Amino acid sequence: MEPIIHLSPIFTLIGIGVIVAGFLARLNPLLVVTLAALVTGLIAGHSPYEVVSTFGKAFNQNRFVTAVWLLLPVIGLLEREGLQQQARRLIASIRAATTGRLLMAYFVFRQLTAALGLISIAGQAQTVRPLIAPMAEGAAETRLKVVTEPMRRTIRAFSAATDNTAVFFGEDIFLAVASIAVITGVMNAEGIHVQPLQLAVWAMPTAACALVVHFARLVLLDRRLKRMSDEAEAGQ
Amino acid sequence: MITLAAVYLLTGLMFAAFSVLSALDRANARRWRNTLFWGLLSVCFLFGDRLTDAANGALAIGLALLAGLGALGLGKPATTTAQQREAGALKWGHWLFAPALAIPVVTLAGTLLLKEVVISGHPLIDPKQATWISLALGVLVAMAMCLVLFRPPLLAPLQEGRRLIDAIGWAAILPQALAALGAVFALAGVGQVIGDLASQAIPVDSRFAVVCAYTFGMAGFTILTGNGFAAFPVMTAGIGLPLIVHRFGGDPVIMGAIGMLSGFCGTLLTPMAANFNIVPVRLLELPDQYAVIKAQWPTAAVLLIINTLLMYGLVFRF
Repeated sequence: MEPIIHLSPIFTLIGIGVIVAGFLARLNPLLVVTLAALVTGLIAGHSPYEVVSTFGKAFNQNRFVTAVWLLLPVIGLLEREGLQQQARRLIASIRAATTGRLLMAYFVFRQLTAALGLISIAGQAQTVRPLIAPMAEGAAETRLKVVTEPMRRTIRAFSAATDNTAVFFGEDIFLAVASIAVITGVMNAEGIHVQPLQLAVWAMPTAACALVVHFARLVLLDRRLKRMSDEAEAGQ
Repeated sequence: MITLAAVYLLTGLMFAAFSVLSALDRANARRWRNTLFWGLLSVCFLFGDRLTDAANGALAIGLALLAGLGALGLGKPATTTAQQREAGALKWGHWLFAPALAIPVVTLAGTLLLKEVVISGHPLIDPKQATWISLALGVLVAMAMCLVLFRPPLLAPLQEGRRLIDAIGWAAILPQALAALGAVFALAGVGQVIGDLASQAIPVDSRFAVVCAYTFGMAGFTILTGNGFAAFPVMTAGIGLPLIVHRFGGDPVIMGAIGMLSGFCGTLLTPMAANFNIVPVRLLELPDQYAVIKAQWPTAAVLLIINTLLMYGLVFRF
């Protein structure tokens, strides 16, 4: 089909500009993303029908990303019966537990299982919201005298960050993961033959560094929570 | 053969129920907007394969407009009080963990075992989609355990699910919309443009500068598009292979492995990677939309520097 408008390819970057501006202006991200898709496709010279069709086809093909919410009725039911409270009670009964140490243990579990290819056995909806975040908060409640709302938010954000960091820098040690497939695919297309096992080996130094860096930050988190708690107590 | 279509049917019915229950929720001042939003999403799941691409596109745009022009409301389904939950924790004890653990156990077992099951010459499930089908199976097993153990009111599973989905709101479909954006970027050739720009902008005589351009380019591209997998082919063809490998004789395996992990540093930093950085903000009911990114940025920055040094130290040595 004859393009409707002729512009240098560099103008397709306007779509990325729409995203950056939209996120900075704190507009609704769903609206920003949709708008950026339409703008990018139109500027590249495709007809509105073609752009909407491409967007719709990919939206339909990627429904499995949203199907993960099938978990919600079960998680909701368990919360209704006291799952978060029980997670707190469990952690309170472990004497050595602090927020940082609990998240370290979760980091190791998540990185090791990801390295074995078991990525979808845990996650933000599966484990962080119902178990890990309440346990991390529960550890602070048991160990510290005062737990303020800003402290709770910090703990919850770190719980989510721990899950992400552990998975990202664990999964590449597993041979059959998507990112390894991408790397071998690109290299093969260029005539360079790469064994997945070699890639997995060279992912290990970064995986080890990720563990050290994140552990150091969790040690600092425990200290910061202690300081925030002391300050809140002094201020009362 | 059981395929993803069965999972989509189940998901579609769930969203349809959320839609109907939203309509009946008089405590939600914006209940009709929620009804329409979850209703449209259920149409996408139930009938998406029978609609044209353009109709699916119109559905997606409709969802974005509903969420973007005025906010979705927050439903107030009946649930238990904090005291009742404390009592529940005392009553059920560690049994509460059983259904939660059943989900990963069944997912894992299903992924490993169900692929092999063949009934009269036909595989029981589509092997390519084993993980997602097994996850749905795990959810059904866990739900059955909940129903037997707790004997909740009939509508409780759907009402509790609606409580959570309303907390997540529009962010529930942001990852799916971002995947669709990726398809339009590919159609428009956005990746190629960025790769060309990056390869023109860097100095090519210094090994260290070239390695920096590659690792920081991977992270930067991933921040802009939210997808390290999209960044990798472009950056590798634009900078990695011509400069690091062909000009300076670097090892392509080390470059590829550490290059991809540099992209993941970018993933930790961008709202465009919504399922990692925005969805948890809603799930954990954090008021700051960037709270998770703020918790992650020091780790990401340090690891990007470490990756760059690792690559510089290793890639020319092996």
